[in-house]
Amino acid sequence: MTIAPERPLNGTLVEQFELGLDAPICLTWELTYACNLECAHCLSSSGRRDPRELTTEQCEAVIDELQRMQVFYVNIGGGEPTIRPDFWHLLQYAVDHQVGVKFSTNGVRLTPERAAFLASPACNGYVDVQISLDGATAEVNDYVRGPGSYDTALTALQNLQDAGFSDAKISVVCTRQNIGQLDEFKALADRFGATLRLTRLRPSGRGADVWDELHPLPEQQRELYDWLMAHGEGVLTGDSFFHLAAFGEALPGLNLCGAGRVVCLIDPIGDVYACPFAIHDNFLAGNLLGEGGFKKVWQESALFTELRSPQTGGACSSCTFFDACRGGCMAAKFFTGLPLDGPDPECVQGYGEAALAGERTVPAASQDHSKAAPTRNQPVMLTLSRRPDVLQAPTAPPTSACAESPLAGFVPPPN
Amino acid sequence: MLDEPWTLSPAVALRPEPFGALAYHFGNRKLTFLKRPELVAVVRALADQPDVRSALVAAGVPEAQHPAYAAALEGLARTDMIRPREGVAA
Repeated sequence: MTIAPERPLNGTLVEQFELGLDAPICLTWELTYACNLECAHCLSSSGRRDPRELTTEQCEAVIDELQRMQVFYVNIGGGEPTIRPDFWHLLQYAVDHQVGVKFSTNGVRLTPERAAFLASPACNGYVDVQISLDGATAEVNDYVRGPGSYDTALTALQNLQDAGFSDAKISVVCTRQNIGQLDEFKALADRFGATLRLTRLRPSGRGADVWDELHPLPEQQRELYDWLMAHGEGVLTGDSFFHLAAFGEALPGLNLCGAGRVVCLIDPIGDVYACPFAIHDNFLAGNLLGEGGFKKVWQESALFTELRSPQTGGACSSCTFFDACRGGCMAAKFFTGLPLDGPDPECVQGYGEAALAGERTVPAASQDHSKAAPTRNQPVMLTLSRRPDVLQAPTAPPTSACAESPLAGFVPPPN
Repeated sequence: MLDEPWTLSPAVALRPEPFGALAYHFGNRKLTFLKRPELVAVVRALADQPDVRSALVAAGVPEAQHPAYAAALEGLARTDMIRPREGVAA
């Protein structure tokens, strides 16, 4: 049993959740670090398989334990989970053991045959499919997810629809480049009979390298909030925008950081982290291959016990909006080098910008499974443009149309 | 409702938690939180008692609170967490 402080018997649900549960409500399980894509903002720095990844038998044992703990469903991701040869077997195994599956995929293995399997009674309507798409157009999507990835995702959605699989999810990470496409995303979801799911870009994994360029600008946060307030009913968010609650009215959902309290992450080698966005040694609670398994890590690890103890709001506690946003996302603060008891880097009251401008050190990554040599699937986040300092009209005509010498027209100054 | 026979839906599993329990419906995949241990005791007692009132009494809920508990149970009925027991005379 968790040795926890005396628990109030009539607190609100959120207060109860902050003290932790006997088993997670929302568990993410990344089956492999291998991936066919090399998305610029990958949370788990995926690319190459890790030789220590759990075997089929070990994965089955994890599912058995989740069934005993009454974890009713898991979110399976990666890497690209469907490229594990035993993926479809494990999916069936989980469904047969009362552990529902929602899996995230870029769609690469969702052939018409697989789509038909997912729609079949074998899955018992107990499987959710989430197709990742980070742009409503190929141009915006492929910029971060790599060439061809838009077509792959749309083909997968088409295959699911043709097979009669109902209510697939289109999962979008909101970026500076796609916030303006929210209506187009909704139209795309409607076209495929799918549900739109929007989540927050985190500076985790390779996301740390591109966060400055990709994270929504302050006015886009407002645009997103207003859009969610207007369309929130039919759109999923995985509770990921609770930092926006400080704009005023809270968005639907729990509006709390569930790390180590109601959520956690199992990585491909069985390491258990506080949340899917916090794959770093500082948030590593233990490994489920140890004695006592996952249950012991969840219920007794020092890290999770600490996360369930009363937290101080630090610099944020005097802010009038603290009750709404609870200081924002722990992972977003950690990976931008901000103190965990201070404001979120995207604090909508503007405290994040001030904090980012101050002294900070971005922590080094503690794991990286990125491909050692880039492949043709790697996104190239460059666009052709002119140097900003030569954008004005030239002051003199070119020396001649065919002068190729880099020193053409250059006259050395007199000594 | 108080005088009717009810039961936990066959598709629902209850997971004990420090504050009460978490109820999960395998059919419609709704997740609900039973925020008081007493409510969990009532829900568990439904199937073994002739009617809802007897389940409340068996769980030790004071009569003054019966209407509040009935309202909570009706909330659970709306998502099919509990359902009327069929084939039993009321």
